[in-house]
Amino acid sequence: MENNSRRGFMGIAFGAVAGIGAVGSLYAMKKSWDPLPSVKAAGFTTLDMTIYNENELVVEKWRGKPIFVLKKTADMVAKQDDDMKARDIVVDGSHYMVCIGLCTHLGCIPAYNADNEGFVCACHGGEFDYAGFVRKSPPGRGFDIPPFTIKGTTLVLGEAGPEFTDMKANAVTL
Amino acid sequence: MAHFEKATSIHDWLNQRLAVDAVNRVMMTEYWIPKNINFLWAMGMVLVITFAMLLVSGIFLLMYYQPNVDTAFYSVNYTIMREVDFGWLWRHVHGVAASVVFLIIYIHMFTGIYYGSYKKGREMIWISGMLLFVAFSAEAFSGYMLPWGQMSYWAGMVITNLFAGGSLHADGLVEWIRGDYVPAQAFLTRFFMLHVLLIPLAIMGLIGLHFAALRIPHVNNQDGDEIDFDVEAKKYLDGDKAGSKVMRFANDFMSKDMMVVGFYLVFFFYLVFYHYGFAMDPVNFDPADGLKTPAHIYPEWYFLWSYEILRPFPFDVGLIAFAFAQVIFTLLPFLDKSPNSVPANRRGPFAIWFWVMIVNLIVLTAMGKLPPEGIFNYIGFVSAVLFIVQWLALPFITKLEKKV
Repeated sequence: MENNSRRGFMGIAFGAVAGIGAVGSLYAMKKSWDPLPSVKAAGFTTLDMTIYNENELVVEKWRGKPIFVLKKTADMVAKQDDDMKARDIVVDGSHYMVCIGLCTHLGCIPAYNADNEGFVCACHGGEFDYAGFVRKSPPGRGFDIPPFTIKGTTLVLGEAGPEFTDMKANAVTL
Repeated sequence: MAHFEKATSIHDWLNQRLAVDAVNRVMMTEYWIPKNINFLWAMGMVLVITFAMLLVSGIFLLMYYQPNVDTAFYSVNYTIMREVDFGWLWRHVHGVAASVVFLIIYIHMFTGIYYGSYKKGREMIWISGMLLFVAFSAEAFSGYMLPWGQMSYWAGMVITNLFAGGSLHADGLVEWIRGDYVPAQAFLTRFFMLHVLLIPLAIMGLIGLHFAALRIPHVNNQDGDEIDFDVEAKKYLDGDKAGSKVMRFANDFMSKDMMVVGFYLVFFFYLVFYHYGFAMDPVNFDPADGLKTPAHIYPEWYFLWSYEILRPFPFDVGLIAFAFAQVIFTLLPFLDKSPNSVPANRRGPFAIWFWVMIVNLIVLTAMGKLPPEGIFNYIGFVSAVLFIVQWLALPFITKLEKKV
Protein backbone atom coordinates (compact mmCIF):
# COMPACT_ATOMS: atom_id res chain seq x y z
CA MET A 1 0.00 0.00 0.00
CA GLU A 2 2.74 2.35 1.13
CA ASN A 3 4.76 1.26 -1.89
CA ASN A 4 1.87 1.90 -4.20
CA SER A 5 1.32 5.45 -3.03
CA ARG A 6 5.05 6.12 -3.27
CA ARG A 7 5.14 4.80 -6.81
CA GLY A 8 2.03 6.75 -7.57
CA PHE A 9 3.71 9.91 -6.33
CA MET A 10 6.82 9.17 -8.37
CA GLY A 11 4.64 8.62 -11.39
CA ILE A 12 2.88 11.95 -10.95
CA ALA A 13 6.17 13.74 -10.30
CA PHE A 14 7.72 12.27 -13.42
CA GLY A 15 4.59 13.06 -15.42
CA ALA A 16 4.79 16.70 -14.34
CA VAL A 17 8.47 17.02 -15.25
CA ALA A 18 7.95 15.26 -18.58
CA GLY A 19 4.84 17.32 -19.31
CA ILE A 20 6.66 20.63 -18.80
CA GLY A 21 9.52 19.33 -20.94
CA ALA A 22 7.12 18.24 -23.68
CA VAL A 23 5.32 21.60 -23.80
CA GLY A 24 8.68 23.40 -23.82
CA SER A 25 10.07 21.31 -26.64
CA LEU A 26 6.89 21.62 -28.72
CA TYR A 27 7.17 25.39 -28.36
CA ALA A 28 10.81 25.32 -29.47
CA MET A 29 9.93 23.06 -32.42
CA LYS A 30 7.10 25.37 -33.50
CA LYS A 31 9.38 28.42 -33.32
CA SER A 32 12.13 26.65 -35.26
CA TRP A 33 9.74 26.26 -38.19
CA ASP A 34 8.88 30.00 -38.23
CA PRO A 35 10.14 32.18 -41.09
CA LEU A 36 13.60 33.55 -40.20
CA PRO A 37 14.08 37.22 -39.26
CA SER A 38 16.17 37.73 -42.42
CA VAL A 39 13.27 36.43 -44.50
CA LYS A 40 10.82 38.77 -42.79
CA ALA A 41 13.15 41.78 -43.00
CA ALA A 42 13.67 41.50 -46.77
CA GLY A 43 10.05 42.39 -47.37
CA PHE A 44 10.01 45.85 -49.08
CA THR A 45 9.86 46.73 -52.79
CA THR A 46 9.76 50.26 -54.27
CA LEU A 47 8.11 50.77 -57.67
CA ASP A 48 8.61 53.80 -59.92
CA MET A 49 5.06 54.31 -61.22
CA THR A 50 6.04 56.57 -64.14
CA ILE A 51 7.43 53.76 -66.29
CA TYR A 52 4.24 51.80 -67.00
CA ASN A 53 2.27 51.80 -70.27
CA GLU A 54 -1.51 51.74 -70.37
CA ASN A 55 -3.28 48.35 -70.54
CA GLU A 56 0.04 46.53 -70.47
CA LEU A 57 0.60 44.16 -67.58
CA VAL A 58 3.98 44.29 -65.84
CA VAL A 59 4.91 41.68 -63.25
CA GLU A 60 7.05 42.95 -60.38
CA LYS A 61 8.29 40.96 -57.39
CA TRP A 62 7.61 41.43 -53.69
CA ARG A 63 8.43 38.85 -50.99
CA GLY A 64 9.06 36.29 -53.70
CA LYS A 65 5.56 36.78 -55.05
CA PRO A 66 4.63 38.22 -58.42
CA ILE A 67 2.97 41.66 -58.27
CA PHE A 68 0.66 42.64 -61.12
CA VAL A 69 0.91 46.32 -62.09
CA LEU A 70 -1.66 47.41 -64.67
CA LYS A 71 -2.04 51.06 -65.66
CA LYS A 72 -5.66 51.58 -66.70
CA THR A 73 -6.72 53.46 -69.82
CA ALA A 74 -9.18 56.37 -69.50
CA ASP A 75 -11.83 54.12 -71.03
CA MET A 76 -11.20 51.36 -68.47
CA VAL A 77 -11.39 53.89 -65.63
CA ALA A 78 -14.61 55.37 -66.99
CA LYS A 79 -16.51 52.07 -67.18
CA GLN A 80 -15.62 50.92 -63.64
CA ASP A 81 -18.42 50.47 -61.11
CA ASP A 82 -18.02 51.61 -57.49
CA ASP A 83 -16.58 48.30 -56.27
CA MET A 84 -13.95 48.36 -58.98
CA LYS A 85 -13.11 52.02 -58.24
CA ALA A 86 -12.55 51.14 -54.58
CA ARG A 87 -9.62 48.96 -55.65
CA ASP A 88 -7.94 51.68 -57.73
CA ILE A 89 -4.57 52.93 -56.60
CA VAL A 90 -4.12 56.50 -57.83
CA VAL A 91 -0.56 57.78 -58.16
CA ASP A 92 0.06 61.20 -59.69
CA GLY A 93 -3.39 61.25 -61.34
CA SER A 94 -3.09 57.85 -63.03
CA HIS A 95 -5.16 54.82 -62.04
CA TYR A 96 -3.49 51.48 -61.41
CA MET A 97 -4.38 47.97 -60.43
CA VAL A 98 -1.61 46.71 -58.15
CA CYS A 99 -2.25 43.20 -56.85
CA ILE A 100 -0.51 40.06 -55.72
CA GLY A 101 -0.48 38.11 -58.98
CA LEU A 102 -1.51 34.79 -57.51
CA CYS A 103 -4.85 33.18 -58.13
CA THR A 104 -6.72 33.19 -54.82
CA HIS A 105 -7.73 29.61 -55.49
CA LEU A 106 -4.41 27.78 -55.16
CA GLY A 107 -1.76 30.34 -55.98
CA CYS A 108 -1.02 29.87 -59.68
CA ILE A 109 -0.14 32.97 -61.73
CA PRO A 110 -2.99 33.93 -64.10
CA ALA A 111 -2.18 35.33 -67.52
CA TYR A 112 -3.43 38.74 -68.75
CA ASN A 113 -5.31 39.12 -71.99
CA ALA A 114 -5.23 42.80 -73.03
CA ASP A 115 -8.03 42.32 -75.58
CA ASN A 116 -10.74 41.27 -73.15
CA GLU A 117 -9.09 43.17 -70.27
CA GLY A 118 -9.06 40.16 -67.96
CA PHE A 119 -6.98 37.39 -66.44
CA VAL A 120 -7.29 33.63 -66.91
CA CYS A 121 -5.73 31.07 -64.58
CA ALA A 122 -4.58 27.96 -66.43
CA CYS A 123 -4.66 25.71 -63.39
CA HIS A 124 -8.36 25.48 -62.65
CA GLY A 125 -9.92 27.89 -65.10
CA GLY A 126 -10.51 30.85 -62.76
CA GLU A 127 -10.97 34.30 -64.39
CA PHE A 128 -10.49 37.87 -63.09
CA ASP A 129 -11.34 41.30 -64.51
CA TYR A 130 -8.94 44.25 -64.83
CA ALA A 131 -9.77 45.49 -61.32
CA GLY A 132 -8.88 42.06 -59.93
CA PHE A 133 -12.43 40.85 -59.27
CA VAL A 134 -13.44 37.25 -59.95
CA ARG A 135 -15.29 36.73 -63.23
CA LYS A 136 -15.44 32.94 -62.97
CA SER A 137 -14.87 30.63 -59.96
CA PRO A 138 -13.22 28.49 -58.45
CA PRO A 139 -11.29 31.44 -56.86
CA GLY A 140 -13.27 32.67 -53.89
CA ARG A 141 -12.20 36.34 -53.92
CA GLY A 142 -10.46 38.93 -56.03
CA PHE A 143 -6.69 39.34 -56.15
CA ASP A 144 -5.20 40.40 -52.83
CA ILE A 145 -3.69 43.90 -52.69
CA PRO A 146 -0.30 44.03 -50.96
CA PRO A 147 0.28 46.59 -48.16
CA PHE A 148 1.41 49.77 -49.93
CA THR A 149 2.13 53.42 -49.31
CA ILE A 150 2.29 56.18 -51.93
CA LYS A 151 5.41 58.37 -51.87
CA GLY A 152 5.32 60.98 -54.65
CA THR A 153 5.45 59.04 -57.92
CA THR A 154 6.64 55.85 -56.25
CA LEU A 155 4.80 53.06 -54.52
CA VAL A 156 6.40 51.20 -51.58
CA LEU A 157 5.15 47.63 -51.10
CA GLY A 158 5.31 46.06 -47.63
CA GLU A 159 4.41 49.25 -45.75
CA ALA A 160 0.75 50.03 -44.99
CA GLY A 161 -0.11 53.68 -45.88
CA PRO A 162 -3.43 55.43 -45.22
CA GLU A 163 -4.95 54.39 -48.58
CA PHE A 164 -4.19 50.73 -47.87
CA THR A 165 -5.48 50.99 -44.30
CA ASP A 166 -8.75 52.38 -45.69
CA MET A 167 -9.04 49.53 -48.18
CA LYS A 168 -8.48 47.02 -45.43
CA ALA A 169 -11.01 48.72 -43.14
CA ASN A 170 -13.61 48.68 -45.94
CA ALA A 171 -12.89 45.00 -46.65
CA VAL A 172 -11.71 45.80 -50.17
CA THR A 173 -8.79 43.44 -49.58
CA LEU A 174 -7.66 41.06 -46.89
CA MET B 1 22.36 -15.01 -14.21
CA ALA B 2 20.91 -17.15 -16.95
CA HIS B 3 22.62 -20.46 -17.57
CA PHE B 4 24.74 -20.87 -20.72
CA GLU B 5 26.52 -24.00 -21.93
CA LYS B 6 29.53 -24.36 -24.18
CA ALA B 7 28.20 -23.98 -27.69
CA THR B 8 28.45 -26.88 -30.12
CA SER B 9 28.19 -24.66 -33.21
CA ILE B 10 27.79 -21.04 -34.26
CA HIS B 11 24.10 -21.73 -34.68
CA ASP B 12 23.89 -23.10 -31.14
CA TRP B 13 25.91 -20.15 -29.82
CA LEU B 14 23.46 -17.71 -31.41
CA ASN B 15 20.48 -19.80 -30.39
CA GLN B 16 21.45 -19.64 -26.72
CA ARG B 17 21.76 -15.86 -26.89
CA LEU B 18 19.14 -14.79 -29.42
CA ALA B 19 16.75 -17.76 -29.62
CA VAL B 20 17.08 -17.73 -33.39
CA ASP B 21 15.19 -21.03 -33.76
CA ALA B 22 12.21 -19.72 -31.81
CA VAL B 23 12.21 -16.47 -33.79
CA ASN B 24 12.40 -18.38 -37.06
CA ARG B 25 9.52 -20.61 -35.98
CA VAL B 26 7.27 -17.76 -34.85
CA MET B 27 8.01 -15.44 -37.76
CA MET B 28 8.51 -17.87 -40.61
CA THR B 29 7.95 -21.62 -40.45
CA GLU B 30 4.95 -21.58 -38.12
CA TYR B 31 3.36 -18.39 -39.34
CA TRP B 32 0.32 -19.85 -41.07
CA ILE B 33 -1.10 -18.76 -44.39
CA PRO B 34 -4.36 -20.08 -45.91
CA LYS B 35 -3.93 -22.23 -49.00
CA ASN B 36 -6.84 -20.71 -50.93
CA ILE B 37 -5.27 -17.44 -51.97
CA ASN B 38 -4.14 -16.13 -55.36
CA PHE B 39 -1.36 -13.96 -56.77
CA LEU B 40 -3.04 -10.79 -55.44
CA TRP B 41 -1.91 -11.87 -51.98
CA ALA B 42 1.70 -11.36 -53.08
CA MET B 43 1.30 -7.58 -53.35
CA GLY B 44 2.50 -7.07 -49.77
CA MET B 45 5.81 -8.70 -50.60
CA VAL B 46 5.98 -6.75 -53.88
CA LEU B 47 5.57 -3.56 -51.84
CA VAL B 48 8.30 -4.58 -49.39
CA ILE B 49 10.67 -5.20 -52.31
CA THR B 50 9.71 -1.88 -53.95
CA PHE B 51 10.27 -0.02 -50.69
CA ALA B 52 13.68 -1.66 -50.38
CA MET B 53 14.56 -0.48 -53.90
CA LEU B 54 13.43 3.06 -53.03
CA LEU B 55 15.62 2.98 -49.94
CA VAL B 56 18.73 1.73 -51.72
CA SER B 57 18.40 4.02 -54.74
CA GLY B 58 17.60 6.91 -52.36
CA ILE B 59 20.81 6.31 -50.41
CA PHE B 60 22.85 6.64 -53.58
CA LEU B 61 21.00 9.77 -54.73
CA LEU B 62 21.56 11.27 -51.28
CA MET B 63 25.32 11.16 -51.78
CA TYR B 64 25.22 13.73 -54.60
CA TYR B 65 21.95 15.62 -54.16
CA GLN B 66 22.29 19.20 -52.78
CA PRO B 67 19.27 20.64 -50.95
CA ASN B 68 19.95 24.23 -52.00
CA VAL B 69 17.68 26.33 -54.23
CA ASP B 70 20.62 27.40 -56.40
CA THR B 71 22.21 23.98 -56.87
CA ALA B 72 19.47 21.38 -56.35
CA PHE B 73 18.30 21.34 -59.97
CA TYR B 74 21.81 20.91 -61.37
CA SER B 75 22.89 18.40 -58.74
CA VAL B 76 20.07 16.18 -60.05
CA ASN B 77 20.07 16.93 -63.76
CA TYR B 78 23.79 17.40 -64.26
CA THR B 79 25.79 15.79 -61.45
CA ILE B 80 23.64 12.72 -60.89
CA MET B 81 22.48 12.24 -64.46
CA ARG B 82 25.73 12.99 -66.32
CA GLU B 83 28.69 12.80 -63.99
CA VAL B 84 27.98 10.03 -61.51
CA ASP B 85 28.56 6.57 -62.98
CA PHE B 86 25.18 4.83 -63.02
CA GLY B 87 23.65 7.93 -61.41
CA TRP B 88 20.87 7.69 -64.02
CA LEU B 89 20.13 4.17 -62.80
CA TRP B 90 19.47 5.27 -59.21
CA ARG B 91 17.39 8.20 -60.34
CA HIS B 92 15.29 6.18 -62.74
CA VAL B 93 14.85 3.32 -60.24
CA HIS B 94 13.81 5.90 -57.62
CA GLY B 95 11.41 7.74 -59.92
CA VAL B 96 9.83 4.64 -61.46
CA ALA B 97 9.53 2.91 -58.06
CA ALA B 98 7.88 6.01 -56.57
CA SER B 99 5.25 5.83 -59.29
CA VAL B 100 4.82 2.05 -59.45
CA VAL B 101 4.61 1.74 -55.67
CA PHE B 102 1.28 3.58 -55.87
CA LEU B 103 0.01 1.23 -58.59
CA ILE B 104 0.77 -1.72 -56.31
CA ILE B 105 -0.70 0.07 -53.27
CA TYR B 106 -3.94 0.61 -55.20
CA ILE B 107 -4.05 -3.05 -56.30
CA HIS B 108 -3.31 -4.09 -52.69
CA MET B 109 -6.08 -1.78 -51.39
CA PHE B 110 -8.73 -2.87 -53.85
CA THR B 111 -7.85 -6.53 -53.30
CA GLY B 112 -8.59 -5.87 -49.63
CA ILE B 113 -11.86 -4.14 -50.46
CA TYR B 114 -12.99 -6.83 -52.92
CA TYR B 115 -12.34 -9.74 -50.53
CA GLY B 116 -13.60 -7.92 -47.40
CA SER B 117 -10.20 -8.09 -45.72
CA TYR B 118 -10.92 -5.07 -43.52
CA LYS B 119 -13.62 -6.73 -41.41
CA LYS B 120 -14.05 -9.13 -38.50
CA GLY B 121 -10.88 -8.40 -36.56
CA ARG B 122 -8.93 -7.12 -39.56
CA GLU B 123 -9.84 -3.45 -38.99
CA MET B 124 -6.38 -2.52 -37.69
CA ILE B 125 -4.76 -4.02 -40.78
CA TRP B 126 -6.89 -1.71 -42.90
CA ILE B 127 -6.34 1.37 -40.74
CA SER B 128 -2.57 0.90 -40.48
CA GLY B 129 -2.56 0.32 -44.24
CA MET B 130 -4.37 3.61 -44.84
CA LEU B 131 -1.90 5.38 -42.53
CA LEU B 132 0.84 3.91 -44.72
CA PHE B 133 -0.94 5.29 -47.77
CA VAL B 134 -0.95 8.76 -46.17
CA ALA B 135 2.73 8.43 -45.24
CA PHE B 136 3.63 7.28 -48.77
CA SER B 137 1.67 10.21 -50.21
CA ALA B 138 3.60 12.64 -48.01
CA GLU B 139 6.83 10.90 -48.97
CA ALA B 140 5.99 11.17 -52.68
CA PHE B 141 5.07 14.84 -52.38
CA SER B 142 8.16 15.82 -50.38
CA GLY B 143 10.38 13.89 -52.79
CA TYR B 144 8.76 15.62 -55.74
CA MET B 145 9.98 18.97 -54.33
CA LEU B 146 13.64 18.01 -54.34
CA PRO B 147 14.68 18.37 -58.03
CA TRP B 148 13.42 21.98 -57.71
CA GLY B 149 12.04 22.17 -61.21
CA GLN B 150 8.93 24.06 -62.30
CA MET B 151 6.54 21.28 -61.30
CA SER B 152 8.29 20.85 -57.95
CA TYR B 153 7.95 24.54 -57.18
CA TRP B 154 4.35 24.96 -58.31
CA ALA B 155 3.14 21.71 -56.79
CA GLY B 156 4.72 22.93 -53.56
CA MET B 157 2.96 26.26 -53.89
CA VAL B 158 -0.45 24.76 -54.65
CA ILE B 159 -0.39 21.97 -52.05
CA THR B 160 0.88 24.14 -49.18
CA ASN B 161 -1.82 26.71 -50.07
CA LEU B 162 -4.43 24.03 -49.30
CA PHE B 163 -3.49 24.49 -45.63
CA ALA B 164 -4.89 28.03 -45.70
CA GLY B 165 -8.27 26.26 -45.48
CA GLY B 166 -10.02 28.28 -48.21
CA SER B 167 -12.05 31.09 -46.68
CA LEU B 168 -10.36 30.58 -43.32
CA HIS B 169 -7.32 32.37 -44.83
CA ALA B 170 -4.86 30.74 -42.47
CA ASP B 171 -1.99 32.36 -44.40
CA GLY B 172 0.12 32.40 -41.25
CA LEU B 173 -0.08 28.61 -41.14
CA VAL B 174 0.98 28.36 -44.78
CA GLU B 175 3.95 30.68 -44.17
CA TRP B 176 4.84 28.63 -41.10
CA ILE B 177 4.85 25.40 -43.10
CA ARG B 178 7.01 27.02 -45.79
CA GLY B 179 9.26 29.03 -43.50
CA ASP B 180 8.88 31.84 -46.04
CA TYR B 181 6.21 33.75 -47.95
CA VAL B 182 6.76 31.47 -50.92
CA PRO B 183 8.54 28.13 -51.35
CA ALA B 184 12.23 29.03 -50.98
CA GLN B 185 15.36 27.79 -49.22
CA ALA B 186 13.73 27.05 -45.85
CA PHE B 187 10.97 25.15 -47.66
CA LEU B 188 13.37 23.03 -49.70
CA THR B 189 15.58 22.12 -46.74
CA ARG B 190 12.69 21.14 -44.49
CA PHE B 191 11.02 19.02 -47.15
CA PHE B 192 14.40 17.42 -47.78
CA MET B 193 14.55 16.53 -44.08
CA LEU B 194 10.99 15.15 -44.18
CA HIS B 195 11.73 13.11 -47.29
CA VAL B 196 14.97 11.50 -46.17
CA LEU B 197 14.42 11.10 -42.46
CA LEU B 198 11.15 11.79 -40.67
CA ILE B 199 8.65 10.28 -43.10
CA PRO B 200 10.79 7.20 -43.90
CA LEU B 201 11.04 6.60 -40.13
CA ALA B 202 7.27 6.87 -39.86
CA ILE B 203 6.84 4.51 -42.82
CA MET B 204 9.11 1.91 -41.27
CA GLY B 205 7.25 2.14 -37.97
CA LEU B 206 3.92 1.83 -39.75
CA ILE B 207 5.11 -1.19 -41.74
CA GLY B 208 5.90 -2.82 -38.38
CA LEU B 209 2.40 -1.96 -37.14
CA HIS B 210 0.84 -3.22 -40.38
CA PHE B 211 2.57 -6.61 -40.01
CA ALA B 212 1.74 -6.79 -36.31
CA ALA B 213 -1.92 -6.10 -37.08
CA LEU B 214 -1.88 -9.13 -39.39
CA ARG B 215 -0.55 -11.45 -36.73
CA ILE B 216 -3.70 -12.27 -34.74
CA PRO B 217 -6.47 -12.20 -37.40
CA HIS B 218 -4.16 -13.75 -40.02
CA VAL B 219 -4.33 -13.28 -43.77
CA ASN B 220 -7.80 -13.42 -45.35
CA ASN B 221 -8.55 -15.91 -48.13
CA GLN B 222 -10.28 -15.74 -51.49
CA ASP B 223 -13.37 -17.71 -50.44
CA GLY B 224 -14.32 -15.80 -47.29
CA ASP B 225 -13.69 -18.98 -45.19
CA GLU B 226 -13.41 -18.48 -41.46
CA ILE B 227 -10.38 -20.63 -40.65
CA ASP B 228 -9.48 -21.83 -37.15
CA PHE B 229 -5.74 -21.37 -37.51
CA ASP B 230 -4.86 -23.28 -34.32
CA VAL B 231 -6.75 -26.39 -35.41
CA GLU B 232 -5.48 -26.27 -38.99
CA ALA B 233 -1.89 -25.63 -37.88
CA LYS B 234 -2.05 -28.65 -35.57
CA LYS B 235 -3.41 -30.77 -38.41
CA TYR B 236 -0.49 -29.64 -40.57
CA LEU B 237 2.13 -30.30 -37.89
CA ASP B 238 0.62 -33.73 -37.18
CA GLY B 239 1.38 -34.70 -40.75
CA ASP B 240 -1.94 -34.08 -42.55
CA LYS B 241 -0.47 -31.44 -44.84
CA ALA B 242 -2.97 -32.13 -47.63
CA GLY B 243 -6.00 -32.00 -45.34
CA SER B 244 -4.95 -28.83 -43.55
CA LYS B 245 -6.29 -25.54 -44.87
CA VAL B 246 -3.05 -23.71 -44.08
CA MET B 247 0.60 -23.81 -45.04
CA ARG B 248 3.85 -22.40 -43.68
CA PHE B 249 4.74 -18.83 -44.55
CA ALA B 250 8.34 -19.84 -45.18
CA ASN B 251 9.40 -21.43 -47.33
CA ASP B 252 6.09 -22.66 -48.71
CA PHE B 253 4.14 -19.49 -49.29
CA MET B 254 7.30 -17.40 -49.72
CA SER B 255 8.28 -19.44 -52.76
CA LYS B 256 4.99 -18.43 -54.41
CA ASP B 257 5.40 -14.84 -53.22
CA MET B 258 8.87 -14.55 -54.66
CA MET B 259 7.70 -16.06 -57.96
CA VAL B 260 5.29 -13.11 -58.32
CA VAL B 261 8.06 -10.75 -57.20
CA GLY B 262 10.22 -12.21 -59.98
CA PHE B 263 7.63 -11.41 -62.66
CA TYR B 264 7.15 -7.98 -61.10
CA LEU B 265 10.87 -7.19 -61.15
CA VAL B 266 11.10 -8.06 -64.86
CA PHE B 267 8.24 -5.63 -65.52
CA PHE B 268 9.76 -3.05 -63.17
CA PHE B 269 13.20 -3.03 -64.77
CA TYR B 270 11.64 -3.02 -68.22
CA LEU B 271 10.10 0.32 -67.16
CA VAL B 272 13.35 1.55 -65.61
CA PHE B 273 15.41 0.82 -68.73
CA TYR B 274 12.97 1.51 -71.55
CA HIS B 275 9.97 3.46 -70.27
CA TYR B 276 11.11 5.61 -67.37
CA GLY B 277 9.71 8.71 -69.10
CA PHE B 278 6.23 8.31 -67.63
CA ALA B 279 7.67 9.00 -64.18
CA MET B 280 9.61 12.10 -65.31
CA ASP B 281 7.43 15.09 -66.09
CA PRO B 282 8.97 17.14 -68.93
CA VAL B 283 7.90 20.42 -67.26
CA ASN B 284 10.09 19.54 -64.28
CA PHE B 285 13.16 19.75 -66.51
CA ASP B 286 12.83 23.56 -66.34
CA PRO B 287 14.38 25.05 -63.19
CA ALA B 288 11.93 26.47 -60.63
CA ASP B 289 10.72 29.99 -61.45
CA GLY B 290 8.48 31.73 -58.93
CA LEU B 291 7.31 34.26 -61.50
CA LYS B 292 6.12 31.84 -64.16
CA THR B 293 3.34 29.31 -63.64
CA PRO B 294 3.45 26.38 -66.05
CA ALA B 295 0.51 26.47 -68.45
CA HIS B 296 -1.10 23.42 -66.90
CA ILE B 297 -0.37 22.14 -63.39
CA TYR B 298 -1.36 18.57 -62.59
CA PRO B 299 -0.10 16.10 -60.03
CA GLU B 300 1.42 12.69 -60.73
CA TRP B 301 -1.13 10.10 -61.94
CA TYR B 302 -1.69 8.56 -58.50
CA PHE B 303 -3.03 11.82 -57.04
CA LEU B 304 -5.20 12.76 -60.02
CA TRP B 305 -8.45 11.22 -58.71
CA SER B 306 -8.40 13.22 -55.46
CA TYR B 307 -7.24 16.34 -57.32
CA GLU B 308 -10.25 16.01 -59.61
CA ILE B 309 -12.53 15.87 -56.55
CA LEU B 310 -11.07 19.21 -55.44
CA ARG B 311 -11.27 20.91 -58.79
CA PRO B 312 -14.85 21.14 -60.15
CA PHE B 313 -16.40 22.80 -57.06
CA PRO B 314 -16.26 26.35 -55.69
CA PHE B 315 -13.15 26.54 -53.55
CA ASP B 316 -14.48 25.91 -50.03
CA VAL B 317 -16.80 23.12 -51.14
CA GLY B 318 -13.95 21.62 -53.16
CA LEU B 319 -11.70 21.69 -50.12
CA ILE B 320 -14.29 19.89 -48.01
CA ALA B 321 -14.87 17.32 -50.79
CA PHE B 322 -11.10 16.83 -51.02
CA ALA B 323 -10.76 16.34 -47.25
CA PHE B 324 -13.68 13.88 -47.41
CA ALA B 325 -11.95 11.89 -50.17
CA GLN B 326 -8.72 11.78 -48.16
CA VAL B 327 -10.20 10.27 -44.98
CA ILE B 328 -13.19 8.29 -46.20
CA PHE B 329 -11.30 5.15 -47.26
CA THR B 330 -9.90 4.87 -43.74
CA LEU B 331 -13.42 4.63 -42.31
CA LEU B 332 -14.39 1.74 -44.62
CA PRO B 333 -14.51 -0.94 -41.88
CA PHE B 334 -17.07 1.15 -40.00
CA LEU B 335 -19.13 2.22 -43.01
CA ASP B 336 -19.56 -1.34 -44.23
CA LYS B 337 -22.45 -2.57 -42.06
CA SER B 338 -22.78 -5.98 -43.70
CA PRO B 339 -22.14 -9.12 -41.59
CA ASN B 340 -20.50 -10.81 -44.59
CA SER B 341 -16.79 -10.85 -45.16
CA VAL B 342 -16.80 -12.71 -48.43
CA PRO B 343 -15.67 -11.71 -51.93
CA ALA B 344 -17.68 -8.87 -53.44
CA ASN B 345 -19.13 -11.03 -56.22
CA ARG B 346 -21.19 -12.88 -53.59
CA ARG B 347 -22.43 -9.70 -51.92
CA GLY B 348 -25.04 -8.50 -54.43
CA PRO B 349 -25.31 -4.69 -54.52
CA PHE B 350 -21.86 -4.30 -52.97
CA ALA B 351 -20.34 -5.88 -56.07
CA ILE B 352 -21.95 -3.14 -58.17
CA TRP B 353 -20.76 -0.52 -55.67
CA PHE B 354 -17.22 -1.90 -55.93
CA TRP B 355 -16.98 -1.90 -59.72
CA VAL B 356 -18.67 1.50 -60.06
CA MET B 357 -16.11 2.85 -57.57
CA ILE B 358 -13.21 1.43 -59.62
CA VAL B 359 -14.55 2.78 -62.92
CA ASN B 360 -15.33 6.16 -61.37
CA LEU B 361 -11.82 6.47 -59.92
CA ILE B 362 -10.41 5.77 -63.38
CA VAL B 363 -12.69 8.45 -64.87
CA LEU B 364 -11.64 10.93 -62.17
CA THR B 365 -7.99 10.10 -62.88
CA ALA B 366 -8.46 10.77 -66.60
CA MET B 367 -10.37 14.02 -66.01
CA GLY B 368 -7.75 15.21 -63.53
CA LYS B 369 -5.14 15.05 -66.26
CA LEU B 370 -7.22 16.92 -68.85
CA PRO B 371 -7.51 20.72 -68.88
CA PRO B 372 -10.55 21.98 -66.90
CA GLU B 373 -12.59 23.02 -69.92
CA GLY B 374 -16.00 22.34 -71.43
CA ILE B 375 -17.28 18.77 -71.30
CA PHE B 376 -14.33 17.58 -69.15
CA ASN B 377 -15.34 20.04 -66.45
CA TYR B 378 -18.84 18.59 -66.50
CA ILE B 379 -17.77 14.93 -66.47
CA GLY B 380 -15.34 15.69 -63.64
CA PHE B 381 -18.11 17.34 -61.65
CA VAL B 382 -20.51 14.41 -62.10
CA SER B 383 -17.78 11.90 -61.21
CA ALA B 384 -16.79 13.83 -58.09
CA VAL B 385 -20.41 13.99 -56.94
CA LEU B 386 -20.86 10.28 -57.69
CA PHE B 387 -17.77 9.47 -55.60
CA ILE B 388 -19.22 11.28 -52.58
CA VAL B 389 -22.72 9.85 -53.07
CA GLN B 390 -21.29 6.33 -53.31
CA TRP B 391 -19.56 6.65 -49.97
CA LEU B 392 -22.57 8.20 -48.28
CA ALA B 393 -24.72 5.35 -49.64
CA LEU B 394 -22.36 2.59 -48.53
CA PRO B 395 -23.78 2.09 -44.99
CA PHE B 396 -27.30 1.77 -46.40
CA ILE B 397 -26.33 -0.57 -49.25
CA THR B 398 -24.42 -2.85 -46.91
CA LYS B 399 -27.10 -2.72 -44.20
CA LEU B 400 -29.64 -4.17 -46.64
CA GLU B 401 -27.28 -6.95 -47.62
CA LYS B 402 -28.51 -10.47 -46.78
CA LYS B 403 -26.34 -12.80 -44.74
CA VAL B 404 -24.67 -15.35 -46.99
